[in-house]
Amino acid sequence: MTVHAEILVEGAAGRGQALVLGAPISFWGGVDPRTGKIADVRHPDHGMSIAGRVLFLPGTIGSSSAAAVLLELAHNGHAPAALVLHEPDAILLLGLIVAKEMGWPTPVAVRLDRGEHRKFDGCEIEVGMDGNISVITASHSQIFA
Amino acid sequence: MTLTLSADERAIASGERGEGAAMAMRIVADSARLLGATRLIPIASAHIDGALYHGDSGTLFAEKLVDGGAKVSVRATLNVGALDLMGCSRVLLEEPQRTMARRMMDAYRTLGCEQSWTCAPYQAGHRPAQGADVAWGESNAVVFCNSVLGARTNRYGDFLDIACAIAGRAPDYGLHRSENRLATLVFDVSALPAAFLESAFAWPILGSLYGREVGTAIGVVTGVSRHPGEDALKAFGAAAASSGAVGLFHIAGVTPEAPTAETALGGIPPETMIHVTPAMVADARKRLSTVRPSETIDAVAIGSPHLSLAEFDELERLIAGRKLTVPIHACTGRHVIAQLSERRKALETSGVVIVADTCVVVTPILPTLLGGVLMTNSGKFAHYAPGNTGYGVIYASLADCVESAVTGRTVLSDMPT
Repeated sequence: MTVHAEILVEGAAGRGQALVLGAPISFWGGVDPRTGKIADVRHPDHGMSIAGRVLFLPGTIGSSSAAAVLLELAHNGHAPAALVLHEPDAILLLGLIVAKEMGWPTPVAVRLDRGEHRKFDGCEIEVGMDGNISVITASHSQIFA
Repeated sequence: MTLTLSADERAIASGERGEGAAMAMRIVADSARLLGATRLIPIASAHIDGALYHGDSGTLFAEKLVDGGAKVSVRATLNVGALDLMGCSRVLLEEPQRTMARRMMDAYRTLGCEQSWTCAPYQAGHRPAQGADVAWGESNAVVFCNSVLGARTNRYGDFLDIACAIAGRAPDYGLHRSENRLATLVFDVSALPAAFLESAFAWPILGSLYGREVGTAIGVVTGVSRHPGEDALKAFGAAAASSGAVGLFHIAGVTPEAPTAETALGGIPPETMIHVTPAMVADARKRLSTVRPSETIDAVAIGSPHLSLAEFDELERLIAGRKLTVPIHACTGRHVIAQLSERRKALETSGVVIVADTCVVVTPILPTLLGGVLMTNSGKFAHYAPGNTGYGVIYASLADCVESAVTGRTVLSDMPT
């Protein structure tokens, strides 16, 4: 399965297991900038790590420091492999724009309607520089369904 | 729809005024493209949230701007940093992070920013005129600037805030445009008891509920018969911007763009009507706490956003010279410290820990305590403390926070009905 998504911020193609968040998240206060773990105890995916995952974001909320957390993750190697957003969030994506200005490796960010997110959950996915989202390996639940 | 830069803007982006200014202009332009803006507009001022240390990356970014010779071209105040430069409280940030945080704060000063170090710049003399375009960061400052001052800003995050301040420009987008400032939703509180609306409970709890209910929509609050005061609006906006993506709210008869609900709605019937009930308020209060009321608490934190002088007056009145069993961390800016003068010593003798230039959820000040319980009257602290400090939160009014701190036992009053 391959779906084409609009590119929001250009970056390196990314491959990883999809993590489809169950609720919008605030990166600041919601994600540990040192590790990429979801630290918000009220979030349904609390305890999961976004590092190296293809991260599907149904929405983003809260503080205007989200970009700083994403930039830090890009700098310390704990960024998601790629980001898939329901709608562009300039506050968050700025972290990627700045990472590029700093000359650091930057994952690609694309836009895809949140209604399309769930079907990728748990799958091994690649997001290309061209915005194509391809399933490499289906999730266990899909294999045994 | 593509972005068109002026000749001047293009020249700056290609390095005519140095690499620092070029980097700033490129960041503003890239963001503008992402937002779908067709041009940049001049700004009157900026409030910079970017000088808070989250990790080395932010320090390296600011130093790259400094190395490129960049300077802010408009008035730019600074939000909180990670250190208490006034030396009021002990920040537990260790090396090498401490040095990196200090380097970051120094870099922003070198860029020409004012050493305000507060999340309430609007109470520290930075109040842009109604209708002025500005580039502000820090979600509570953004919502206050738009809603209470009537100046125009989007929610500028770290990096874009300083980039706009250096470029003197912002993307022409979102809340800079009149047509995007109208309410489409009514949040009616007229069914709530007057005694509740006039109590200290009301505005942080309503803000938290409002933020969750409206999401990204702009709403107008109706059913408020009296101006609740600036500190109440500050608490409402901060709570709303923590629980939702709120950048602008209106309150009919109170905020400048809402002389009436009809004006705030632009004469168009609302898409959504929310009739707030006492049950919704009770539920919102419950949701602000993350732990069940324990018998004792470990700390109290107030001042998110930073306490005003009037809020210190109230704190002093409630403590009434008594000694605290559990410390109250009172976060504020140096603009208030200067006005407190002699009174500061009396508060500290009681057991109040004054925290200046920073606050307890952005930098380690509270001792690490497994299963620690923090009481707060701030909707914003209630939202962020569990993730950022590891403490469980009990939400309470300021009066209950003080009584709990004095006795060391949890005191929780019923909301007025």
